[in-house]
Amino acid sequence: MLRMLAKRMLIAVPSLVGVVIVTFLLTRALPGDPAAYFAGPAATKEAIEQIRVKLGLDKPLYLQLMRYVGDLARGDLGNSLTTGQPVAHEIRTRLPASAELTLLGLIVAMAIAVPLGILAATRPNSLVDHLCRVISTAGVSLPVFFTGLILVYVFYYLLGWAPPPLGRLDVFFSPPPHVTGFYLIDSLIAGEGEAFAASLKQLVLPAITLGIFALAPIARMTRASMLAVLASDFVRTARASGLAPLTVVVTYAFRNAMLPVVTTLGMVFSFLLGANVLVEKVFAWPGIGSFAVEALIASDFAPLQGFVLTMAVMYVALNLLIDVLYGVIDPRVRIEA
Amino acid sequence: MSKAAVIPNRSPAGEKTVSVAPLRPASAGTAGAPALAPRNTGFSAAFRHARYILGENAVTGFAFALFLVIVLAALLGPYLVPYDPLASDTAAALKAPSVAHWFGTDQLGRDVFSRVVVATRLDFLIAVASVALVFLMGGLAGVAAGFFGGWTDRVVGRVADTIMAFPLFVLAMGIVAALGNTVENVVLATAIVNFPLYARIARAEANVRREAGFVLAARLSGNGEMRILLAQVLPNIMPIMVVQMSLTMGYAILNAAGLSFIGLGVRPPTAEWGIMVAEGAAFMVSGEWWIAFFPGAALMIAVFCFNLLGDGLRDIVDPQRRT
Repeated sequence: MLRMLAKRMLIAVPSLVGVVIVTFLLTRALPGDPAAYFAGPAATKEAIEQIRVKLGLDKPLYLQLMRYVGDLARGDLGNSLTTGQPVAHEIRTRLPASAELTLLGLIVAMAIAVPLGILAATRPNSLVDHLCRVISTAGVSLPVFFTGLILVYVFYYLLGWAPPPLGRLDVFFSPPPHVTGFYLIDSLIAGEGEAFAASLKQLVLPAITLGIFALAPIARMTRASMLAVLASDFVRTARASGLAPLTVVVTYAFRNAMLPVVTTLGMVFSFLLGANVLVEKVFAWPGIGSFAVEALIASDFAPLQGFVLTMAVMYVALNLLIDVLYGVIDPRVRIEA
Repeated sequence: MSKAAVIPNRSPAGEKTVSVAPLRPASAGTAGAPALAPRNTGFSAAFRHARYILGENAVTGFAFALFLVIVLAALLGPYLVPYDPLASDTAAALKAPSVAHWFGTDQLGRDVFSRVVVATRLDFLIAVASVALVFLMGGLAGVAAGFFGGWTDRVVGRVADTIMAFPLFVLAMGIVAALGNTVENVVLATAIVNFPLYARIARAEANVRREAGFVLAARLSGNGEMRILLAQVLPNIMPIMVVQMSLTMGYAILNAAGLSFIGLGVRPPTAEWGIMVAEGAAFMVSGEWWIAFFPGAALMIAVFCFNLLGDGLRDIVDPQRRT
């Protein structure tokens, strides 16, 4: 297992190198003169020259890349132009908000999509099967920001069930003492039941929005792979041996059917992390996505670069995790590695 | 093209056409017909198959009809709408849908219906342009990678892997922000994030055909590798690439609308679905739902239509991948 882990991590290295080079090149691609850009619109000629030397822009490209990598190694992502704060600090404080939302969205999606896919596969051409097909086609067609707005209109404006879509916590509550940065967990640790309920209320709509978005590929894949597994020899043998239908489906078929589903999780995460940005904007969620959008509006490039890099590193790490999970579910993969 | 004209075109050399011509005079169309029969049935079989699929699957037929409506709106929209999409009328601001304003009016009194219809052209153009661009970049790179193998394959594979290492929407954001906030860059960014998908499919399809009979025959008759690639392999994988293009059209529109929703690409007064939803978002919490709803619904319907159409086309071209 450890050997496999080491091997997978080695495979992730070229991806990370590529990610760093691309984010570096994105700064090079800035329209016009990067030095003038970082100096701001009101800068004088001397100030621009100063910045050029300070940023090392007068040096050859490979030296600049090395300098960038060196800064990254020290955890320095540069400073935001608008706030003057280090980008790394800002991202670190905002990351838990995004992570909490994304994970809950994924849980919502899995909780609906997996049972739906299994039901559809065990009853082909039934009502559930058609429902599954409609949902998985409609799900990928829904613009995630549109779903979010509709949910806000129905559940906040019309029904009044949901709190206003303004951040992680109602203004009357103060955030629970920081342990994990996840308000749900932190409020439980601190034993603040009301804060837990309040933050859960804020989370429900954005999490469902993300969940609806991620649901479609998971449901489609679960259905397809369950269908394939249910038609296989070992399931037939299990059935012939007189095992209860539920045991066959859950213990025998499900575990094998999960493999392709886990593989699609990589793609689902790519969608989720992107959709996260849009959902955070709709719900004024103080995560790294809305941080990036604010930076975009202010033409502040360092935070955006830090954001793209953080997201990409997280995505590479998630794919690594999925590979490991694959090994846990399917021991054959471990032996081959 | 008339049936008789096909024959001389398909014969390898000019002199031969002359010698064949007396046997098959252009006036006697019936004489040429038997020779063409197998090809003809191939076409009509494909047509019958397509009609069978469309008849069998009413959903695909519906999607096709919807597609025609979208194309018509994109072509004729600006000439059909009742109001100028940019003309504001503060006296009529924030009016709910009525007979005069089918989709209501926005905060500046602009007619939402006119704006939604006019926006079709821009959204459709962005999607078509980015899909065409990614076909040129990814499709050609992938075909070359699959056909030549070796270092071409390694370079294309490495580029695709690097793009895949990013969450795609996030990469698109970064590209547009870095290259400049214009519609052209939105098209380019959407094309770049789709590159790996196209490159991989084209590579796999070209790889299978690398040593196919028709490729060997072309090589034997003295065609250069580049010529074989462009004239033999590429046309052969076109059906699968076309399916892929129609499947990614929906994603391209979603991606572009998402980018303009967060303020990238299209600039405010312009009518575009993503930006209209963004403008209407603030009014959703105070009950003026129509400003964001109608452009959002138009976006949803367009994407839904492209997805259905893509699925339907795949069923026709490549029935084995049916799910």
